[in-house]
Amino acid sequence: MNTADQYLKTIYVVQKQEDGPASTGSIADSLGVSPASANEMIGKLEERGLAEHEKYKGVRLTDDGIVRARDALQTYCIIERFLANVLAVEEFRDEARELEAVIDDTVAERLDTIIDRQPECPDCFDPETDACACLEIAAAPVEPDQ
Amino acid sequence: MVAVSVSQRIASDDQLARLLQIGIVLEEVVEARAHHHYQSLDAELDEEIEDLLADAADESAEHRRRLESLIEGLGVESVPFDEIEELVGARYGRTQPEDFDGVLYDQLCNEETAYKFYDDLIQAIEESDAEFSVDRAELLDELHAIREDEAEGVSEVTEVMERR
Repeated sequence: MNTADQYLKTIYVVQKQEDGPASTGSIADSLGVSPASANEMIGKLEERGLAEHEKYKGVRLTDDGIVRARDALQTYCIIERFLANVLAVEEFRDEARELEAVIDDTVAERLDTIIDRQPECPDCFDPETDACACLEIAAAPVEPDQ
Repeated sequence: MVAVSVSQRIASDDQLARLLQIGIVLEEVVEARAHHHYQSLDAELDEEIEDLLADAADESAEHRRRLESLIEGLGVESVPFDEIEELVGARYGRTQPEDFDGVLYDQLCNEETAYKFYDDLIQAIEESDAEFSVDRAELLDELHAIREDEAEGVSEVTEVMERR
């Protein structure tokens, strides 16, 4: 997933969280980059017709931007689910974040053929936990009622 | 709040090992899909496609062994082939191609995907200044060789598709 896609995914999630345009500060915080870097990339996304920036309000994705962002989010869900369910990685969220830049959409699509992703993906993505909300992790055994 | 890293580099042995494991799974998926395709062709055998798929499965098995040897050098376990084959088998019906053209197209996707994966992996390693437990030059030589095989695979499938 390239850097532009990582931004689109983040803007999409922040927009949903803030229920309106995403502020540059929130986007920069989420990505762990400086506001200047975020502004530069937002400018590039605007040039490509993927986002619109309104002064003092924030960034809003265009329809094309939303499509790309949802694809990127889906790729991210595939990586998380693959790490958790196929490779049994405990820290799958951290690792998904580390690896997402190296995993291309086409690679994720092939990995998707062996995971059991839910049809609601990527609407299942929960920004609070930074993970697919319906991702089933092998839970610790439940203590029987006394 | 979401926290997404925009780092594109590989910083540690663990990250490298995980990516090599993903490479092994991709090879296993290719190998298992080629095997399933091969079996599903029994009604009307087509020698050219049969040979192509058999070669693809052999090549994937060979790549898998080479990747396994690399991750062994990193002190990490490989990925169990039986389990991956089971997963491919369980979900295969949903994505099974319907005819020879579909089989060839699926094989083209396999080769192209593998090429893209190794290409991105090589780039990420080259951009990283991390010290790995395996020799960097040997690691890159091995990955370049595997990537070259995938490029040849793409050409072979494309040639067969163009002839038909």
